[in-house]
This record gives sequence, structure tokens and C-alpha cells, in this order.
Amino acid sequence: MKHTLSVLVQNKPGVLARTAGLFSRRGYNIESLTVGVTENENVSRMTIVVTGDDTVVEQVTKQLNKLIEVIKVSDLTKESYVDRELVLIKVTADGSNRGEIMQLVDVFRARIVDVAAKSLIVEVTGDEEKIVALIAMLKQFGIKEIVRTGTLALGRGPKVIQSGKD
Amino acid sequence: MNLTGAKALIKSLEYEHVDTIFGIPGGVVIPIYDELYQQDAITHYLVRHEQAAAHAADGYARATGKVGVCMATSGPGATNLVTGIATAYMDSVPMIAITGQVTTDLIGNDAFQEANITGITQPVTKHNYLLHDASEIPQTIKEAFHIASTGRPGPVLIDIPKDVQTMTAPFDYPKKVHLPGYQPTYEGHPGQIKRAAKAISEAHRPVIYVGGGVKISGASEEVRALAETILAPVTMTLMGMGTMPADHPLSLGMLGMHGTRYANYAVTESDLIIAIGARFDDRVTGKIASFAPNAKIIHIDIDPAEIGKNVRVDIPIVGDVKRVLQKLMPMLKQTRTKEWMEKVHTWKREYPLEFEVTGLRPQYVVREISRLCPDAVVCTEVGQHQMWAAQYFSHRHPRNFISSGGLGTMGYGFPASIGAKIGRPDETVFDLAGDGSFTMNCQELATAVAYDVQVKVAIFNNGYLGMVRQWQELFYDRRYSQTKLSEINFVKLADAFGAHGIRVDSASEVAPAIKEALAVPKPVIIDFRIEPEECVWPMVPAGAALNEIIDAKSGKV
Repeated sequence: MKHTLSVLVQNKPGVLARTAGLFSRRGYNIESLTVGVTENENVSRMTIVVTGDDTVVEQVTKQLNKLIEVIKVSDLTKESYVDRELVLIKVTADGSNRGEIMQLVDVFRARIVDVAAKSLIVEVTGDEEKIVALIAMLKQFGIKEIVRTGTLALGRGPKVIQSGKD
Repeated sequence: MNLTGAKALIKSLEYEHVDTIFGIPGGVVIPIYDELYQQDAITHYLVRHEQAAAHAADGYARATGKVGVCMATSGPGATNLVTGIATAYMDSVPMIAITGQVTTDLIGNDAFQEANITGITQPVTKHNYLLHDASEIPQTIKEAFHIASTGRPGPVLIDIPKDVQTMTAPFDYPKKVHLPGYQPTYEGHPGQIKRAAKAISEAHRPVIYVGGGVKISGASEEVRALAETILAPVTMTLMGMGTMPADHPLSLGMLGMHGTRYANYAVTESDLIIAIGARFDDRVTGKIASFAPNAKIIHIDIDPAEIGKNVRVDIPIVGDVKRVLQKLMPMLKQTRTKEWMEKVHTWKREYPLEFEVTGLRPQYVVREISRLCPDAVVCTEVGQHQMWAAQYFSHRHPRNFISSGGLGTMGYGFPASIGAKIGRPDETVFDLAGDGSFTMNCQELATAVAYDVQVKVAIFNNGYLGMVRQWQELFYDRRYSQTKLSEINFVKLADAFGAHGIRVDSASEVAPAIKEALAVPKPVIIDFRIEPEECVWPMVPAGAALNEIIDAKSGKV
């Protein structure tokens, strides 16, 4: 099963290497990992999507917590949360099918951000389901390149995961 | 007050009450060594290989409970420390490793003697630091000692580029650390402790299973009191030896691959395992699915990540084992274990540890050392002799058995014994060694002689990498691939370094040789020429269940 972990870390050099190293060393699989600074410039938030059963995810969480620079680990999967990913997809397109692609893109509320004679780039934001669906639809035209940000996630409602004092 | 980085480092170490460092200088740590030269609060011991610096700091830490400190230059100096750091990490030993680094402008350029030591040691340190400015030194040292010595202890490495050592910065030693991501849990959850007390009161066949965490926490008294209150037998891991005196009626000695039959039987038939400061290592549990199949498991440990890692746990208690046991004790009553204890005692009578008496047997040598120096600090290398030392020495004190358990580092014992002897100079310190292990760090004879560190080395010389040979004998049809070692004259070796050497070929010479070793005011090597193909018994083959035990009668092919 997939788990989405939200991890607050001290914003220091080497934190990313330490975290990623932990996963490979202990044999855990990372589906995606994103990191960026938070409302507090001393703190970064990582969103890590891991696959594994509950025992694996429990170990991941505990091992992450052992890293000195990790402030807090929350498994968002246990609650209601919003997750989003941004994907750029370069699709083969010419005059004959460009219109069709544009219609499709509209339906998915995606955007076309680059158009050339033989290709275009689609920008799509959404949860996993939507992105999987769009990619499946675009396949028929020929996908040349894909780049993805990895999943970002926040818990719903007023509750926040706090870093405490910085 | 402005100080150079090097001076700030030494001052900070003084604030942490460091009086002993093991190390070797090199190009990029000369500024630090220059400061060491100009002070006398800290004694630096010059070893002959950086690996030995780390092991000596480790032995010092295990023997004293203080933080051990080692130092090396960049590149090869630092990488030579790695085995020692990993050894300390696996056995939760508080250690600070200080390494020099090339100047900050050269980092990443593959400069001379550059190695990314923070990257290399990331998986084997509790935490590590690469400094960029001298102003970071006081805070870093304060944090590093705090991290190394609290919670579940472990090694912390601090990498200091040469220009950081020479630049100046204001020095003000901090009083506090601020680590929002590091707050170990010391107090066990009261509800869980209550549940544990209830489970204990309901148990009929409890076994207390003790690991190295008990020594670290200083909870041997509490464990003993627990065992005596609920009348339960106590078995120990290699790291836990000495927690319960070997001659205590409730002691079952070691469990696991080379544990006693009675310990392994007791665990297998138990209905309640009380695991204290232990981590269910594969050498302890055997086949996981058959480990204590009918038992509830209470697991007390300060590291939450150890709980549920290898076995399912019914009652986890995260906390310092001493504090948890102190809370637990008043809730306990004597349990209904009379029948169980009778059964355990029957096993003890039926299946004692046994060895042959013909020729020069290693078990006999260990017994004689134990008889003649019962209070000695015993360090070991890794292999057959290590198991004999665990089985046949009558361990009585928790910090008197020093051995590389988790990583299983050959070459550990001798430098560790030097560190232990420096930490506890008034006590007899033995290194029990194999001929294979000893030669991995025998250059440290020079260190022992130079500083007159009078450790006594007992080499169990069988001319083999004995433990591997035993496996080859039992499981590889006696194909002794690369395990026969060439002859070494250890008496001459001792002599060449200025130590004292004794050779022993027969059982009758054992006691006189030990007495001679104790009497000679020098580092001493005793070369015991033991039966070359002696095996460690009993044995639970790797991957077998704890009660699938082979011994000298059943195991010989």
C-alpha cells in the first residue's frame, strides 16, 4: 500500500542526502520525494511517498525520526489530505491531431504551455488518478518526454503539523 | 574572546571533561596537534593505525561509561576510522571521532587526501558534521557530546577543514543544546508499564532476556531485583554478559547461536519474554518464526525503532530501562513460577556446558583465566575464542566484558583492551584473541609498550580462522578454503616490540603462564597452542530454530 509521509526537517545542508540514504540503506522503496522550504525558513518539508505494508511504514517512520535533523514525521494516509503533482508531458502533435489533443487537455483542466510544429507540451496538476488518466489518453498520440515533480501533500482542515520552536 | 578553530576545539573538549584522545596526526590536523602540544589537560595516545584509535576510544568508553574520543587526519586517516566507528555504532557506544578535512576551497576537487567522510560515515554514525566556520565549533562539540552520550548512545563524527582550524572566531561555550528533532524518551508509558506488570503476574514460564542496553543504562541491579522478585531465569546476549553474575542461580548464561542449551530451551518454551535493552538480533533469535512461539513479548528499549523491527511485540515500552524497571518493580508480586524454575534447573543439570579434557583445550584456558583473575576486564576479538570467552569466563561485572557484538570486528579486542586499561588503569585487563584476529591489529603492541599499558593478551592459537573453519567442517564437507593460517612466532613478535611473550603447549603450563603474565610488569602475550580443530558447542546452525541444537556428539560429520 502507498503511504504519503509529510516530514519536517531542519533546513541544513546534507539533510536530503541523509534522508534518501536511509531509504536505500534499509531497503525501503521511495515512490517520490519532494522537498522545499516552509513558512519557517529554518524548516523544510519533505513529502515522501513510500510503498509497503504497515510494518514497513512504521519502521520507515521510526528510522526517519531517529535522524537528528528530522523534526516531525506524519503519515498523512491515516487522515484526510490533499495531494497534488505537477507533470509536463511532451506529446507528438501536428496539424492533424492538435485540435483533438487540445480538447482532451481542456477536459482534464490541463494547459498547453508550448507548441511547435511537431510537438506540444501539456502542463497538468492534480492527484495521481487524474495524472494517470491523462497520460493514458495522451499515449495514443505518442509521448516523447515526461517530467514530474513528485507528490506534494497537506492534511485537510485547520490542523497543522508544527515544527515547534525553530 | 577570539580563538583559532583548533584552540576552540581543544577548549571545547576540556569543557566536555575529555582527558584522553587516541589518534594519529596528519597533514590537515597539524593545527589541532599543535594546540594539543601546548596544553596538558588532555593526554593524546599515539596509536599505529587509525582503526586502533577508534577501537581504543570504544574500549575506553565501554570500560568507563564515558565518551571515547579518537582523531585522525583527512582521507586515509579518516577512512581507517570507519570500521571502528561502525563497530561502535552497532553496539551503541558513545564516541566522538574528529577528522581533519582539506581546506574548504578544495572540498569536492578530489584534493590530496580528500575523502567525503561525512558521506561515507552517514550510515554508521548517530550523526555527523562538516564544519565551515570556526564559529560553529563550540556549539557543534556541545551537541556532538550530547547526541553521542544520551538516548541510545552512538558515535558522532566531526569533520573540520584545515582552514577552519586556523581561522579565528569568538569563543563562548554554550550551556545548552537546542535540538528540536532529538528528544529521547526516558520515561516509559505508565499504562504500558501497568500492562507489563499484569502480564508478568499472569505468566507461568517467564524468561528475562537482557541485552547491552542494561549496561548502558546501569540497570544491572534492577534486572537482578526483577528476576529475584518474580523468580524468573535471566539469559543474556553477548552484549549483556555480566549483567547477572554467572554463578547466580537464576542466570542461564548466553542464548542464541552459541548459547547454552538451557537458555535456548527456556526461551523456546517460555510463555512470557521480558526483553530488556536487547534487539532480537538474528544470532540471538535463530529462525524468527520459531522464536518463543508461545510467548507474549514485553520489549523495553530506549530506541523506538528497535521495537517491532524483528519480532512482533505485545507490550512495547519505550524508555530508559533503569527508569522503566524502577517504575515496574513496585507493581510486581512473586509469580507462580515454581514448576517452571524446577524445569529450568533440570535443564541446567542435564545440559551443562561441556568440553573435552585431553590436550590443551581453549575452554580450559578460559576457565583458568577466570579462576585466577575473576575480576579482570575481558576484551575479545571475534570468532571461536570470543564464544568460549562468553561461555566459560565467569562474568560477574557488567562493564567487564568488552566485545564487538553487532559488527563482529576481528582486530577489535587488542586496541579496545588498550583503551580499557587506560580508562581503568588499576584493573587487570585481558584481551582474549584468536591468532587470526590478533594479527589484524598486532601493530598496537608498539602503542601498549610505548605508554606502558600492561594489557595481557591470551592468544587461542589454532592456526586457523577457526570459526570459518568450523563452518567449513560442519557445512562445507571440510573444504578448508583459505582458513589455514601460517605459523607465527608470537613470543618473538612480543619480544620485537618490547613486550613479554610466553608459549604454552600443554594444560599443565596454563596456570603458571597466567601467573607469570600477571607478574611481569609489561604488556604480555601468551601464545596458547590449543587443539587446532576444536569447535564451539553447542551450536544452533544459522537459520535453524533455537531448539535445533547440535553439539560435539551430534554435530560431527
